[in-house]
Amino acid sequence: MSGTFFLDDQEIPFREGQTVLEAALAAGRFIPHLCWRPELEPHSSCRLCTVLISGRPFSACTQPAMKGQRVVCDTPQLKDLRKAVTQMLFVEGNHFCPACERSGSCRLQAAAYHLGMQDSHFPHQFPVRERDSSHPEVNLDRDRCIRCELCVRASRQLDGKNVFGIHGRGVTSRLEVNAPSGLLRDTAIAAEDQAVAFCPTGALTVKRRGFELPIGERRFDRSDLATEVLEAFAAKEARHG
Amino acid sequence: MTPAANLALESARRPETLKRVAIEPVTRVEGHGKVTLLLDAENRVQQARLHIVEFRGFEKFIQGRPYWEVPVLVQRLCGICPVSHHLAATKALDRVVGAPKLTPTAEKLRRLLHYGQTLQSHALHFFHLASPDLLFGWDAEPGRRNVVGVIEAHPEIALKGVRLRRFGQEVIRVLSGKRVHGVFAVPGGVQKHLARTDRDLLLKDIGQALLWCREAVGIARRLYLEDREENERFGAFHSNFVGLTAPDGCFELYEGGLRARDAKGGTIFDQVDPSHYLRHLHEEVKSWSYMKFPFIVALGNDEGWYRVGPLARVNNADRMPTPLAEEARADFRKLSEGPVQATMAYHWARMIEMLCAAELIRQLLEDPDLLEGDLLRGGERVPEGVGVIEAPRGTLIHHYRVDENDAIEKANLIVSTTHNNTAMNTAVREVAARYLSGHELTEGLLNRIEVAIRAYDPCLSCATHALGRMPLEVDLVDADGNRVSRIRRDGDGSIG
Repeated sequence: MSGTFFLDDQEIPFREGQTVLEAALAAGRFIPHLCWRPELEPHSSCRLCTVLISGRPFSACTQPAMKGQRVVCDTPQLKDLRKAVTQMLFVEGNHFCPACERSGSCRLQAAAYHLGMQDSHFPHQFPVRERDSSHPEVNLDRDRCIRCELCVRASRQLDGKNVFGIHGRGVTSRLEVNAPSGLLRDTAIAAEDQAVAFCPTGALTVKRRGFELPIGERRFDRSDLATEVLEAFAAKEARHG
Repeated sequence: MTPAANLALESARRPETLKRVAIEPVTRVEGHGKVTLLLDAENRVQQARLHIVEFRGFEKFIQGRPYWEVPVLVQRLCGICPVSHHLAATKALDRVVGAPKLTPTAEKLRRLLHYGQTLQSHALHFFHLASPDLLFGWDAEPGRRNVVGVIEAHPEIALKGVRLRRFGQEVIRVLSGKRVHGVFAVPGGVQKHLARTDRDLLLKDIGQALLWCREAVGIARRLYLEDREENERFGAFHSNFVGLTAPDGCFELYEGGLRARDAKGGTIFDQVDPSHYLRHLHEEVKSWSYMKFPFIVALGNDEGWYRVGPLARVNNADRMPTPLAEEARADFRKLSEGPVQATMAYHWARMIEMLCAAELIRQLLEDPDLLEGDLLRGGERVPEGVGVIEAPRGTLIHHYRVDENDAIEKANLIVSTTHNNTAMNTAVREVAARYLSGHELTEGLLNRIEVAIRAYDPCLSCATHALGRMPLEVDLVDADGNRVSRIRRDGDGSIG
């Protein structure tokens, strides 16, 4: 089935099988998101892409586009909700942007800027989380993990390694390493794996390469989150038709 | 005042019987320092101490962090001289990654950053923080005794100060991306070259900056000599001096060997590899201060304390690396046959250094190596590294041990203010005994103590942009704990 639907007041065409998010991006409309990448199955865990359809909240990344559907996206209430969700992601971890090597290239930070987040609003939880620096090439800093599971999916679906999983529920859930020791050094992960590249924050980084990019040349120094995502999506669409 | 009499004021015999006066916070420095005075019934000073009450904890909380993160993390120690911490940390980690000697391009670019930092920090201190005392006098009306007052009364001086600082910050910005807390140095080198457009931007202004730096030396010189007798007496004492110098004895801010000279100019040690600082410098702990008291091991803790910073560096150097600064140094050294000892001479020496930094910046801007050439170097990893640099306020030591997983295992930082701890306390005791003892306390008298501390430009001042109007409340309490009188300075500078 193909056709058009309405995103706020804009008529958006879609192809068979596209989600609301995919169709919106293809039409040049940005809907904020953190846990979705076009190369991976959608996951609907970060909830930043929440939209209203018939007055009910849905994740745009998993909701199939339907003919004649009316999708509400850019309202003050939904923007506030997305900002609050982002604020919660910050306070549930330990995100010290000033000293983080991903600062300027971090999607969580870019989302916060995009959504106009000025402060954390909620009390910081300061969770105690373990860092895993056992691997010679890859560093895992759980303080910065937002449990988006991009690394879990990328490792399974793209790298074919199944290095990561999430254990537990809610705010106490944590990224686990699939090895008897629980340490990265006992896995097959490599610096060039998509699992590392897809981490939206500085939770997974390649060792000894931090701060290689000067301020001004980092990913989100040059463009904001919306522009970067739309350009990357358009390029991918052009490649794959 | 004899050294013994001065030292006797460190600890009173029966403090419980004395009145306590606290200057808290010390102003026009960062707000985490205080001075306490104990006075007897005739207001004679029996004890005077400078306390640094802040606790930062950096040495502890960087443990476990990846080493490449450290130069960016530790620069948050300070808002005025973050570049110094950034570079000292990176120098230590250069050694860890096996690159103690950088490529010529990388070293020159780091030097350019460092000289920009020296210039802007010295301009900030002299024009914004110290000049109100020097231009208006120590007893001037406190509401006027700040940089805004200087802008009103001496706009030509104040604006040059502001613009000089801006130039120094522009040097920092074009290299590190931000005026404050940017990123430029990485272990083994630097991130990027100087862009031609940025080089041209700086070249356009360096001539004017250099001219103003010369004028600043003239102002500092004039202010010192106008009241030479008082300036030589104020907070004066004899001490040893420590700092980096080049192998040939030339003034050096970025890389060199440690030199220590005694109060008469005799050599205690020279060209010590900074990695061996622990063999020559130890720290004493005193129960009444959070800050340690470093001393030269060979002389012991009583005789081995020393000063660092502009006065130490200009005293210790056999010559300056640039012609105008060398001319200014030779003129300055005419003050004394041996090392210049006056606390207030720090301001003059600081301006000589600022002039030197401007000349060095001009030299570097004309060097094509800054525009191209290799940026990074690596080598065999070692577990430990020491980085020593001459920060604006003095010798800065960063020392790290890194484990096999690239995480910081142990860190030791000795910042400039720590080196000057004994010196600042000695100056405070000297001023308290000479000016305050036996007198009714006034704001002007208390300000003399702050003037002595400010001369050292302590790092507790680094993070402040305050204008000298911090609220200050001083209680005079008798031996029974009853308040006898109170002086209060409000946030608007008014005294009540």
